[in-house]
Amino acid sequence: MSASTFDDDASPQGERRLPPVTQLGMVSLGLVLIAGIYLSAHLPEHVSLAPAEALLGASALVLAGNLLALSRAREFPWRRFFEVARWALLAYAAIAGMIEYVFLRNHTGGGALVVLTLSLAVFAVNVPVLIGFTVARYD
Amino acid sequence: MAQAVASPSEAAAHPAALARPDFEIVPRAGLPIVGVVLAALVVGIAVNELWPLEFLHVVAGAAWTIIDLFLGFVLGPIMGSLSPPARIEFTTKLMPKMVLIMPTVVTVTLVAGWQLSTHLGTNLTVNPLHGWVVASFIVVGVMAVIALGLLEPANIAVLTELKKPQPNPAVIERLMKRFIYSAGATGLMQVATFVIMTKLAAG
Repeated sequence: MSASTFDDDASPQGERRLPPVTQLGMVSLGLVLIAGIYLSAHLPEHVSLAPAEALLGASALVLAGNLLALSRAREFPWRRFFEVARWALLAYAAIAGMIEYVFLRNHTGGGALVVLTLSLAVFAVNVPVLIGFTVARYD
Repeated sequence: MAQAVASPSEAAAHPAALARPDFEIVPRAGLPIVGVVLAALVVGIAVNELWPLEFLHVVAGAAWTIIDLFLGFVLGPIMGSLSPPARIEFTTKLMPKMVLIMPTVVTVTLVAGWQLSTHLGTNLTVNPLHGWVVASFIVVGVMAVIALGLLEPANIAVLTELKKPQPNPAVIERLMKRFIYSAGATGLMQVATFVIMTKLAAG
C-alpha cells in the first residue's frame, strides 16, 4: 500500500494510520451495483447468473478484506464506529428491504432473487461500514 | 440554543472554538414524515396503479435532481464563501435535514421507478426504450457509489464533529469539501438523468 493511499485515511494529526476503507468500500459497492444493474437489465427474462455471481463474490471478498484490514488497525475507536454504524445499518437495512419488496412484488424468484438478496445484504453492510469509519476515524 | 464551545482565549488559539447552534444529527421530528413517505411507497407499489407510481417517482426524482444540482452548483459555492461561523451555523441547519431527505428521496425514486418501469414494460428487453432504462440504471449506479461512499459518510461525519465540545475546523473543512465536491459530481450526473428521463417520457 502506498503512503499516499494511507494518507487519505489517516487522521489529520497523522497519529493513526488506517487501511483505505473508503476506497475499498466504494470498490465493493461498485461491484455489487454492477451485479444488480446486470440482473435488473435482464429481469424478468431468464439470464445467466454467472456474471452477477462473480461480481457479487468479488464484492463480498473486498468487503470481507476491508473489514479484516480495519479490524487489525491499532487504536481504532470501535465504540464510536459501532455507535454510528448500527443506526446506519438499521436505515440501510430498511432501504434494502424496500428494494427487496419491489422485486418480490414482481414475482422475482429462484437464483436471480438469491443473488439480488445477497447483493442487497452486501450493500446494506457496506454503507454503514463507510459511514461508521468516516465518523470514527476523526474521533 | 447556542453552545459556547470554548473560552475567548481558547477560541483565539483554536479557530474551532466558535459558538454553534445545538442540533440533532438525525432530526427526530422528521422521522414520522419519512415513515409516512415510505408507507405511501409501500401502498403505491402494492396497488400498482400508474398514477401513484408516476407521482412517487416523479416527485421524489425531481426532489433528488433539484437538491443535487442546487447543492452542488448554488449552495456549495455560497457556503464556500461564507465566514467560518456563518458556515457552521448554516451547516448545522442544513445537513441534519439532508440526513433524512436524501436517503428517502433516493429510495422512493428507485423503488417507485422500478415498479413504474415494470408497469409500463420499459424494463423488458424487447421494449424499444429498454436501452434508455438500462442507461438510467448505470447513471444511478455511479451516483449511488459517489453518494453512499463519499457524500453520506461526509455528511454524518461533519455533524458528529460539530457535536464535539472542541470541533476540529480542519476536519470540518476537509469533510465539507468532500461533501460539496461529491454533490457537484452527482449534480453533473443528474444532467444525464434529465436527458434519459425526458427521452423516456417522450417515448
